[in-house]
Amino acid sequence: MKKIAVLIEIRDGKLKPSNLGVCSAAHESGGECIAFLLEGNAADAAATLQEYGIEKVVEIFTTHGAASWNPEVWAEAIIQAMVYYEIHALLGLASMQGKDLLARVAARLEAPLLMDCIAVNLVRHTAKKSQFSGKAIAEFKTCGDYHVYGIRPNALTAVPAPCRAAVESFKASTGSPGLSVKNLQPGLANDIDLTEANVIISGGRGMENGDNFNLLHACAQTISAAVGASRAAVDAGWVSHALQVGQTGKTVSPKVYIACGISGSVQHFAGMKTAGIIIAINKDPHAAIMSKCDYAVCANLFDIVPALTRKLRKPHKGSK
Amino acid sequence: MNIYVCVKHVPDTAATIRVGADYRIDEDITFIMNPYDENAVEEAVRLKKRMAGAEVIAVTLGKAAAEATLRSALAMGADRAILVRSDKHHDCITTAGALCAAIRQDGNPDLIFTGRESIDAEGFQTMYRMGVNLGIPVASNVIAFDMDGQRVSVISEMEAGEHACLEMTTPCIIGAGKGLNQPSYPKLPDILQARKKTITVIDEEQSGTHSSASRVETVILEIASEERQPEALEGSAEEIADAIVGILRNEAKVLMNS
Repeated sequence: MKKIAVLIEIRDGKLKPSNLGVCSAAHESGGECIAFLLEGNAADAAATLQEYGIEKVVEIFTTHGAASWNPEVWAEAIIQAMVYYEIHALLGLASMQGKDLLARVAARLEAPLLMDCIAVNLVRHTAKKSQFSGKAIAEFKTCGDYHVYGIRPNALTAVPAPCRAAVESFKASTGSPGLSVKNLQPGLANDIDLTEANVIISGGRGMENGDNFNLLHACAQTISAAVGASRAAVDAGWVSHALQVGQTGKTVSPKVYIACGISGSVQHFAGMKTAGIIIAINKDPHAAIMSKCDYAVCANLFDIVPALTRKLRKPHKGSK
Repeated sequence: MNIYVCVKHVPDTAATIRVGADYRIDEDITFIMNPYDENAVEEAVRLKKRMAGAEVIAVTLGKAAAEATLRSALAMGADRAILVRSDKHHDCITTAGALCAAIRQDGNPDLIFTGRESIDAEGFQTMYRMGVNLGIPVASNVIAFDMDGQRVSVISEMEAGEHACLEMTTPCIIGAGKGLNQPSYPKLPDILQARKKTITVIDEEQSGTHSSASRVETVILEIASEERQPEALEGSAEEIADAIVGILRNEAKVLMNS
């Protein structure tokens, strides 16, 4: 039987929820699904992963140890595990970490790689992904001994498929990397990962200044949403580039995207067009976003956002 | 010191994309230099200005029209350029092979800059394949770059604003992120001067690209549909806020009920 490995991502000791959609895609192929976890957390994660079709959880250890994260070392360790477990198809998240790691693995294996896929078929070795800043969708076929796919976070639905997952360890023998990691500086404490968030509240030129983004932060906090921004807001210096959604920023696929004072350029849509529900709040009824959303609110965001924050503060506590 | 910058000639983001029967796009539209590659060229040119005897060479793989993007790189301050000419469609594997072959043929690279991704194919992998091909380390999504002798220090932007400080020795490959710098736009004299700089055209066949058993084939390419039917939410701010809460709870199911 064909075996498929899913590279699992852990953040702050927790399994990222978007891993589960990737597990479901692997399970759907009918092959044996093995989860790869790097340097720890396997026992905790296995309890969740086995509910989504994972039959084996392999904890990969490198010679260098958990304390010294290094993408070259990790890529080498993943390849050794792939060879040992006879894996020819590797799936992972197209997160920042996944984009780096999966590409390193594919490059070393000279394997075809499709990154940021929104659909994948592991029987035919095909996947769909965006092209030309989201203006076109392509289906590609990968040909070779190995196949590597990075899945856009939240693009695939997690479907429960209970199994019992055995947990085992794999000790890789990793050489000295050409790249050395001096240190990792964490982001700001209130930074919720944009690509993982269920709900994103974004501000654009209509926010008028950086201080007004506090309105969005206050609203986002009530439901553990992330705050995003358009390029106009970033270029004006109101918020950091880390918040930028769009062409030259992050590509996101939240369940709900609330755009406040954003005109909705092609470049912005390139980063958020696969959102589940788009709610646009804009004073200008002719703004492009008002005809490309699910719910159009033609009103002043400075009236709507505080009202929404008040309502969300009351009856419930946070988002799922 | 030889600083190479790999650039790509891509459709303007504002251009309307049309797809032909062969699943290739209609190229009778405006093309630009891939935006991230502008950051790569800018950083290379800034570095050159601090290093006596350094040369910046822009390299691209593409059709004859890609020369326009090389001219832009020259106007931004690159010294000369290489066009690996090919009318064929390339996947990331053959692209990396062709770029590496052209660089090898030209000289010994000390540094290779490129954009962290191309906005047309969105492949996210060419620089990593070049790293393996040339046997040199790669850092991507770089937002700060420094060099001291052979030691290169960079900051790579990770998840949720996290920064990784990485070190390598030359030669190495730097994938430029948007935050790396603010590209300076060439002035008229720069553009005129760029016309006099040399672009060496080599045929892809001559550059000795390597063949691979691995490849990516296009099954289908179609325009993404934008089928959303906007529904207007109207009323007072309170009523609209209630409606949005309703959408979050009942339609999107992202609120936990208390």
